[in-house]
Amino acid sequence: MLQPISVSELTKQIKSALTSPAFQSIAVEGEVSNFIHHRSGHMYFSLKDAHSRIKAVMFRGRNQRLEFLPKNGDTLIAVGSIGVYEPNGEYQIYVDLLLPQGIGDLHLAFEQLKERLEREGLFDASRKRPLPALPHRIGVITSHSGAAIRDILHVLLRRYPGVQVLVFPALVQGEGAPASLIDALELAQGTDVDVIIMGRGGGSFEELSAFNDEQLARAMAGSRIPIVSACGHETDFTIADFVADLRAPTPSAAAELVVPLQEDLLREVASLQNRMVGFLERKIRSDRRYVKQLSQSPLLQRPDYHVNQLRQRLDELWTGLGRYQRHGVVLKRGKLANVVGKLETLSPLQTLARGYAICQTEQGAILRQAYDVEPGEIVHVTLHEGSLTCTVEGRHT
Amino acid sequence: MSELKFEEALARLEEIVRSLEQGEAPLDEALVLFEEGVKLARFCNEKLDQAEAKIEVMLNDGQIEAFEVKES
Repeated sequence: MLQPISVSELTKQIKSALTSPAFQSIAVEGEVSNFIHHRSGHMYFSLKDAHSRIKAVMFRGRNQRLEFLPKNGDTLIAVGSIGVYEPNGEYQIYVDLLLPQGIGDLHLAFEQLKERLEREGLFDASRKRPLPALPHRIGVITSHSGAAIRDILHVLLRRYPGVQVLVFPALVQGEGAPASLIDALELAQGTDVDVIIMGRGGGSFEELSAFNDEQLARAMAGSRIPIVSACGHETDFTIADFVADLRAPTPSAAAELVVPLQEDLLREVASLQNRMVGFLERKIRSDRRYVKQLSQSPLLQRPDYHVNQLRQRLDELWTGLGRYQRHGVVLKRGKLANVVGKLETLSPLQTLARGYAICQTEQGAILRQAYDVEPGEIVHVTLHEGSLTCTVEGRHT
Repeated sequence: MSELKFEEALARLEEIVRSLEQGEAPLDEALVLFEEGVKLARFCNEKLDQAEAKIEVMLNDGQIEAFEVKES
């Protein structure tokens, strides 16, 4: 008797069975049908032939780089992996790449490898290293014979007559080429070259295939020395071009990129040197002018001039001080009498002397109106000399 | 100064010229900068004039020899 399991469990087991390597990197050719480019950006469709159909999904992140928009009826090659969509119990192909039908095996492999390495980050701009402004010694990895090495050396020598080059001969096509290129790259790591040109002249896709080798791509990524790739002509792109720190369209162009024009640099250094000397000359001239100007001042012409000037000023100050002291005392005395006079006119004492009196309640409040006191209350009256204590006998208002 | 790279020397030389031209450095300080600048300029020129071209080839066994283009 079989022990029943849940639908979820069964689906999980099927999913796990489908993750076997056989279904993880597949390429399948078929006709597109039911194509939907969903608002979310994902693409959903089926691939079919005369007898079968498989569901396919290509997520936005993958299909954004498609160079064409698939449509129903197209026969395409889908590269990707098989997976299970658990809620529906459906298996489908998760598409990484869509390629037009009729693409050769080499191209297919190229596109797949490119996709994979790009996803790994081997082509990231952040990995690219700057080239030295003036290389100490240039490594060149290419065929010992042929146009490429000739072109490279020609341009290097023309631009920089003192150029130092170390060539690492390698096979650039044929079965042994990738291994030969990798060996040369490894050999270069142990030398004092500080930039490497790696490449060959143009050729067919098949002839350039050594530069599409995965192991070579990884060896390039591991190089401690920056690499300029130079494969073929302008239009040929290889995996090596994507991994390299810099891609040159041709071997000659790589040489141009690697060395500066010697005369440019000589001119630049000379110009800096001239500016520096020019500055110093101006500085010395202006400092000399300043020293001359100073040496012509009266102070330096007659050293006692300044002392005499100071002495005279001091005398003037002394005289002034004496005058101020004498004058000041007289002035102050007059001012004082004036101020005392003003104070006296404001004093109530003076008013009392003229016959006025100040009347206050027992609490000391000054009386100004008769109804402020009741008959019988005591008031104090201050006179010019002495005071009286009085009882109010009557009030008249 | 033998450890110095050409681009470092050139960058420092540019910096010195700029600070001389902009700054109000007293003469004695300016002279110190100037002296360093002269050394750097000489170093750069030596690097640029350096020797004759040397084209060599390193063979698989690590041997280095003068390079000659092989006829195919």
